[in-house]
Amino acid sequence: MNQPNLVELNNITKKFPGVTANDQVNFSVRPGEIHVLLGENGSGKSTLMSVLCGLYSPDAGDIIIRGTKMQFRSPRQAINAGIGMVHQHFKLIESFSVAENVILGDQSIPQVLKMHQIKNYLTKLSQRFGLQINPSAMVWQLSVGEKQRVEIVKMLYRGSQVLILDEPTAVLTPQETGELFRTLREMTATGRGIVVITHKMHEVMEIADRVTVLRRGRSVATLEKQQINQQDLAWLMVGQDILRQEKKKIPPGDKHVLELKNVHCLNDQGLPGLTDISFTVHSGEIFGIAGIAGSGQRELAEVIARLRPVSSGDVLINNQAITGCSPRQAIDHGVAMVPEDRLGTGLVPNMDAMDNLILKSYRNKSLRRGPFLNRTLTREKVNQLVSRFEIRLNAPDAPVKLLSGGNLQRLLLAREITSDPQLLIAVYPVRGLDIKATEAVHNLLLEQRSKGLAVLLISEDLEEIFKLSDRVGVLCDGRITGIRPADATGVEEIGLLMMDAQNQGETTI
Amino acid sequence: MIKLPGTNLLIEKKLSPDPAAFFVVPVISILLALLVGAFSLALSGRDYQQIYATMFSGAFGSTYGLSETIVKTIPLTITSLGIALAFRMQLWNIGGEGQIYMGAFAATWAALFFPVGTGWWTMPCMILLGMLAGGLWALLTAIPRAIWGVNEIITTLMMNYVAIFWVNYLVYGPWKDPQGYNFPLTATFPPEAILPTLGVSRIHFGLFLGLLLTVLMYAVVQHTRWGYEIKVTGESVSAARYAGINSKRNILLVMFFSGAICGLTGMTEVSGIAYRLQPGLSTGYGFTAIIIAWLARLNPFAIVLVSFLFGGLQVGGYIVQTSGIPSSMVTMLQGLLLFFVLGGELLTYYKISKAPASSGQDT
Amino acid sequence: MSQEIFVAILATAITAGTPILYAALGEVLAERSGILNLGVEGMMLVGAVSGFICAYETANPWYGLVVAMLAGGMMALVHAFLTVTLRANQVVSGLALTMFGIGLSGYLGQSYVGLPLPAPFKIIPLPALSDIPVLGPVFFNHDPVVYLSYLLVPMLWFYIFHTRAGLQLRAVGENPAAADSMGINVFRARYFYVIVGGMLAGIGGAYLSLYYVPSWMDNMIAGRGWIAVALVIFATWNPANALWGSYLFGGIDALGFRLQTLNVTVSPYFLKMLPYIFTILVLILVTKRNLAGRIGSPQALGLPYDREER
Repeated sequence: MNQPNLVELNNITKKFPGVTANDQVNFSVRPGEIHVLLGENGSGKSTLMSVLCGLYSPDAGDIIIRGTKMQFRSPRQAINAGIGMVHQHFKLIESFSVAENVILGDQSIPQVLKMHQIKNYLTKLSQRFGLQINPSAMVWQLSVGEKQRVEIVKMLYRGSQVLILDEPTAVLTPQETGELFRTLREMTATGRGIVVITHKMHEVMEIADRVTVLRRGRSVATLEKQQINQQDLAWLMVGQDILRQEKKKIPPGDKHVLELKNVHCLNDQGLPGLTDISFTVHSGEIFGIAGIAGSGQRELAEVIARLRPVSSGDVLINNQAITGCSPRQAIDHGVAMVPEDRLGTGLVPNMDAMDNLILKSYRNKSLRRGPFLNRTLTREKVNQLVSRFEIRLNAPDAPVKLLSGGNLQRLLLAREITSDPQLLIAVYPVRGLDIKATEAVHNLLLEQRSKGLAVLLISEDLEEIFKLSDRVGVLCDGRITGIRPADATGVEEIGLLMMDAQNQGETTI
Repeated sequence: MIKLPGTNLLIEKKLSPDPAAFFVVPVISILLALLVGAFSLALSGRDYQQIYATMFSGAFGSTYGLSETIVKTIPLTITSLGIALAFRMQLWNIGGEGQIYMGAFAATWAALFFPVGTGWWTMPCMILLGMLAGGLWALLTAIPRAIWGVNEIITTLMMNYVAIFWVNYLVYGPWKDPQGYNFPLTATFPPEAILPTLGVSRIHFGLFLGLLLTVLMYAVVQHTRWGYEIKVTGESVSAARYAGINSKRNILLVMFFSGAICGLTGMTEVSGIAYRLQPGLSTGYGFTAIIIAWLARLNPFAIVLVSFLFGGLQVGGYIVQTSGIPSSMVTMLQGLLLFFVLGGELLTYYKISKAPASSGQDT
Repeated sequence: MSQEIFVAILATAITAGTPILYAALGEVLAERSGILNLGVEGMMLVGAVSGFICAYETANPWYGLVVAMLAGGMMALVHAFLTVTLRANQVVSGLALTMFGIGLSGYLGQSYVGLPLPAPFKIIPLPALSDIPVLGPVFFNHDPVVYLSYLLVPMLWFYIFHTRAGLQLRAVGENPAAADSMGINVFRARYFYVIVGGMLAGIGGAYLSLYYVPSWMDNMIAGRGWIAVALVIFATWNPANALWGSYLFGGIDALGFRLQTLNVTVSPYFLKMLPYIFTILVLILVTKRNLAGRIGSPQALGLPYDREER
């Protein structure tokens, strides 16, 4: 107990144009503890940890590592000081082997690489912590869980005493999460300190020795294990009681809006991306797709929107096959989509809100005037949408890339919903949004459902799936491993389906 | 924010681009380029003040100079409009030069070798065939680009050399004027194939074609659905796909029209200036157009203005050539100018400020 | 007789390919670090003119070569500053560099046009090796700059694929954010490789004015810089492939030249078109092949890196 803290952050302030991401935040890590950093999206958790790992330099405040004040000018200095971070979006080079990724940036090895020796060493190192990796494997061939293990090994290889994991469970099944937490425990036994960044409260209850809550860039409390209770945490995190709108129990209609019949397609690598997918989404139904990231979610959304060719099988909208249609014809059939990549695919970053709002409707007759676009009418329509969906624009003609995440998503949803669709595909619709924006998006989806829209909800968050969906389909490795009514199943069963445990017989952890 | 090494200056992204900078940056860039040019002239022991003065008065100071500047403005404007159309869709058409030569070649064929001789149809045929040739020449590179994503920068550039050698082959070989004392020239065009000029000056009808094209281009890119599609595709190919825009078709169309417009330049140059096909009929218009398009931020009206300035620069350059200043100085100045414009974009999108001394200070 | 011609064509192919090879090797390094430099033509021109001026004044081609290298490096520095520090559009900056290079080289070389070089590089047959039949005269009867390239290619190949620094170079071009998070200085690496790339382009340019021609003429690179850029795609960013690729292009060049002297009835203008048409065709074939084999350019090629981009 009288050992010095591994890390102490004092009064860290970090500003970005327009926002103060961290405002005089204090934070510390003791040897052998798991310290959870809790906060909703946009509360400044990742920024704070990026400051600690040398990626950002703070505008003010001190970083003290084992009693010594440090100034990190680059990640290298932080790594050398024993700070290692596993980012939410893995910082791995896909075209490199595992071993190449792990040794990258290590200046202590000889200039001429002896890969054989390095691989032997890595095998030993990873076995010591019960992390199974194959140093010769190419990263692009690995599953998400395996990539996470590579990231952890990378940090252990560099001798990290403090390991920071940013939302580590977001991409894992419940079972994989349990395995990860056991590994983390083993690491704390060696005196290492671990920081877990999360916005999921139940995880705090499960693993935290201490928890620090961030809200809007400020640290609002640091609690010891015995002080932690879920109600208080929720209140600290949001600053107000969360009002949850209950799902209205209007039963879905019986019209088959979307139907997939034995659909197969290839992924970007030319390997099978979807295998024999069949399911139906009815009018007034939210059909949730659960599954760990990279199980074929993107391919599924793209196949329905006709952005990806089908190798066999049929996609039907209102009993009409659209398998051979172009993306434009799919739009005309009433397929709307909120894509995973909002800024870049869903919206054009450098164009203003008006030009973005007509992205799907610019060729409608109503917006034409002779050969020209009717700009006056367009502007009117846009103004209506902006006020109806409460989109806050800084300046009407500023590029949309300057909007906040919540506003971007409202803009996108406004456009897609008002296009009078038959089917709305929502891919990770609340990823990166704070609680208020999340609620707003969820309410919009439920409202559209009650108006009879068919919604295909693709999400990695089981809580969201259960909250919104009428039925849940589970994707694993490009196949549907099960379809269950949402109120007749639970997290445990869906988790098993996500790993396809019944069919494989063994889990790969 | 990024701290400039060795200073206490911070570079920070602005929340919205500064509208004033759109205008200020090009002006400052021009001044800086002239400054560096003056420096290099002074280094080689020349009186840069006098050279600049001669250049300026030569280009803008007399009716003759002004008319010559306008003569240069015509091909620069037309070519830049064509290049800017492709750039708008992030298609890097570096082959303007070759497309000009092919346009000139086809127009010459219509003027001298048309199967049914000359008549009222000559001029329209020259325009149409010139544009068609430039367009098809560009299409040759657009097809592999659309299907396999073959880098159009390299292919369009290579096509320049091919087109120039082709024209050289013609004027040194089969199309050489038998009465031309063995000079590499075709015969002079018949009167039906010559664009009317303005009074006694060399300013020809191409000026009106250029201005007409400017207005047309503005209307198309800013106010039509096709213009909107081009803009979306240029900004984000994946958003275009998602919106149901057929990018492949648009690559072909845009490159064809980009090349066709450059081909028109070739037509106006042979029909309005040279009255025959000859080597060196374009003095790098296809390349200068790249700078003009970028400097004008692809805006059609700004292109006319910038082309006028560049026309003046070229005319001024010719005039001082007699006092031993190589014409390459103008090319050098143009390259410098583009450097400064590129660097100046920093001012448009970023804000430079002093690093705060204390923590509470807002930057 | 026919074997003599064959050997002569092959030997010329190597000489004609060498300037392209140097430039392509430089571009491989720059692109591997994620920076597309379309200014190769301009850097080669400035290398050619500065090397020529220096060699002319000092009567020593080696001094010329060193000066050309430095000049190429200086040109590349401008590109690096614009694209790495100011994050300017790499395509436009490269085009500006080429145009500036055309102008600057013309300006500098104005009074040297057409002058004969007093002491160009000389052929030094390698003892023993040059006596091997066919291979000897083709490969080992050249000037020192060619021999230097024989050493450079395997060295660069080993450097890129088998050393720690090479691993970091590839990482910077594939995923700068990942490289940065592992403590690699992305900015410094990009500056370094862009400048080294410019130096190699400078050597390539000087080889033309100090040996191949040897004299200075306006625009004497005549598109070889662009061919080098195309060659990098052809070589799939691998120095070893760049070697035989540039000899292939050199061979086309030499073939056109030879056919002319053999009184072939084809117009010389068509022969001169050959390397450019060949480049286009090869580029199409290679792009198709890379597409099918999923061989891509470095993932971050052409993209500016901004650590705090949110």
